[in-house]
Amino acid sequence: MLEIKDLKVKRDNKEILKGVDLVIKQGEIHALMGPNGSGKSTLAATLMGHPDIEVSKDSEILIDGKNLSEMTPDQRAMAGLFLAFQYPIEIPGVPFLEFLRVSYNSIMKDRIGESFRPLSPYKFKQLASEKMKILKMDESFLERNLNEGFSGGEKKKAEILQMSILEPKYAILDETDSGLDVSALKIVAKGAKKLSEEFNIGILVITHYKRILEYLKPSYVHLLINGVIQKSGGYDLAESLDQEGYEDA
Amino acid sequence: MPKELSNQEIQFKNSNSQYKEGFHMPDSSTNKFKMGLNEDVVRNISKLKNEPKWMLDFRLKSYGIFMSMKMPDWGADLSGIDFGKIHYYVKPSDKQEVSWNDVPDDVKTTFDRLGVPQAEREFLSGVKAQYDSEVVYGSLIKEMSEKGVIFLGTDEALKKYPEYFEEYFGKIITPADNKFAALNSAVWSGGSFIYIPKGVSITKPLQAYFRINAANMGQFERTLIIADEGSFGHYVEGCSAPVYTSASLHSAVVEIAVKKGARFRYTTIQNWYSNVYNLVTKRAYAYKDATMEWIDGNIGSKVTMKYPSVYLMEEGARGEVLSLAFAGEGQHQDTGAKMVHLAPNTSSNIISKSISKKSGRASYRGLVKVSKKATNVKSNIVCDALLLDPESRTDTYPFMKIDNKHVKIGHEASVSRLGAEQLFYLMSRGLSEEVASALIVNGFIEPIIKELPMEYALELNRLIELEMEGSVG
Repeated sequence: MLEIKDLKVKRDNKEILKGVDLVIKQGEIHALMGPNGSGKSTLAATLMGHPDIEVSKDSEILIDGKNLSEMTPDQRAMAGLFLAFQYPIEIPGVPFLEFLRVSYNSIMKDRIGESFRPLSPYKFKQLASEKMKILKMDESFLERNLNEGFSGGEKKKAEILQMSILEPKYAILDETDSGLDVSALKIVAKGAKKLSEEFNIGILVITHYKRILEYLKPSYVHLLINGVIQKSGGYDLAESLDQEGYEDA
Repeated sequence: MPKELSNQEIQFKNSNSQYKEGFHMPDSSTNKFKMGLNEDVVRNISKLKNEPKWMLDFRLKSYGIFMSMKMPDWGADLSGIDFGKIHYYVKPSDKQEVSWNDVPDDVKTTFDRLGVPQAEREFLSGVKAQYDSEVVYGSLIKEMSEKGVIFLGTDEALKKYPEYFEEYFGKIITPADNKFAALNSAVWSGGSFIYIPKGVSITKPLQAYFRINAANMGQFERTLIIADEGSFGHYVEGCSAPVYTSASLHSAVVEIAVKKGARFRYTTIQNWYSNVYNLVTKRAYAYKDATMEWIDGNIGSKVTMKYPSVYLMEEGARGEVLSLAFAGEGQHQDTGAKMVHLAPNTSSNIISKSISKKSGRASYRGLVKVSKKATNVKSNIVCDALLLDPESRTDTYPFMKIDNKHVKIGHEASVSRLGAEQLFYLMSRGLSEEVASALIVNGFIEPIIKELPMEYALELNRLIELEMEGSVG
């Protein structure tokens, strides 16, 4: 269970989240909607442990009972959290495949323990190739550097590919739909849905649009306005927000 | 084990104060000269080497120039150099007096972490002047001599092939070029001589690593390379393992002639111990349609001032410098490149990457010069600096002197800090801050690393990772 209790945060001394409560169980899909500036992306960054975000001492974030407050982002990843970034940053000269292999080996070693045998570059490439088929990604991808020169759509696909390989317990998809064309969106969203079912991943998807939700079919939809969750409901809430906008919610 | 015994023996000797005296003071029975420089020292070096008179005259003239020239008033701080406290000539056999116990712990630890074999460690630390690499060296010589390639120590080559020396030695870099070139010209010893005959290509890099190991790594080595028409060669000097020396000044001169249609690449990985002033002059003349490439990596030393240059003498010549500097605590890497376009249709390319951490300072200093008659010149300069913390420093000094209107010159410079967002991204994937930082740094220098021979590239990557340890958090 990912538990967020009374989450209040500041960034650059400005109060952004003003008391957010949210519980996500493994295998559940939740959607978080809301206007620009409501604090959605800040919530994502806070959960992952961004160093510039100041979290109130009264707030709590727990993963399966473990408190994340004092944890660095890498420790949170070990605890089972994953963030698909809204704007994945380019890291020039770092090979995508090698980065992901190092990442995979360190997370799996932490999860499985000393008995885990790190995957060789050859074995890891096989694993990555398998996962790429699901996302209909070209294998030449693996020869490239991390997000360097990727198109907007390629970056988003690469994020979901990472999620599929790292098999987190809880994943936040921060506007993964932006920058994807209609057919890529379908592949990515269906891929994420399948992963959630297969590995029992709890997903929090942040979006402005209903389209991605049509594939993900979240059971829970939350509306974040001005740093607080104004309304929570089922899938029908997403439909009414899509038709009527946030103001009338 | 005999080795341990001998170490104990040295330890025992070191605990004896008389031995210590003998170790540090000049001993008239060997050829270690007294500290300091005067005309007699210069004469004695030449005499000991049994040199022709013209070389002695060259040395003496250079000594005069050295004495008359002022220290450079630009670049790095050289006030720590005391010319009176330097041994200008040490015979290789004297170097064996250094004991493994004298080697600083940080150097030993790095050897361990890099996995450098024991025999090489001892050589690199100055414990052994002779390194048993005869097999490797021998096979290299055989392969090359079949093609007519000459690869010798400079002293030996002077005796065997004086004609090349009369034509080129001291002509590409004259003693008056700068104070340290004058010093080297006066007291030079050791270094490499390479001649590649017309049309011969050497596919494997010539590695000074082995050749110098078998001779003597000098403080004032002098290298002369001639790549004859249509030939190709690659020379690699230095190694990424830390080179410990008790000497505080390293001042080399490297002269290269790349003849018509030839291509030569000279790669340096410099990792001197942190007490060394490394002041080196490197220059190549590139003739018609010739290509000269310098790959210059500077990791170690206290101060380095080095600007490999290419003089583009005739039409169609191309020059390239890839420069990489890592400035850690207490280090100033003042490095760059010089491209002098003296003929039409010549081109040059400079890529400089520097990394500074813990108050280290990396400066790029470059000169692009285009003469009046050099029309249709193309030159491109890219300088990227990466700062790992707020205390570190980087400067860029790009000089241009363009006397021709028909030129195309591009210059880009960037300074970036180790990106907080890049770190956050990598850490969110389970990488520790240290691993993430090393990954970013390795990515930053990748364009230069990929030009190195495989074993150097791997070792250098590993070395950068070691340098990065403890630099964050």
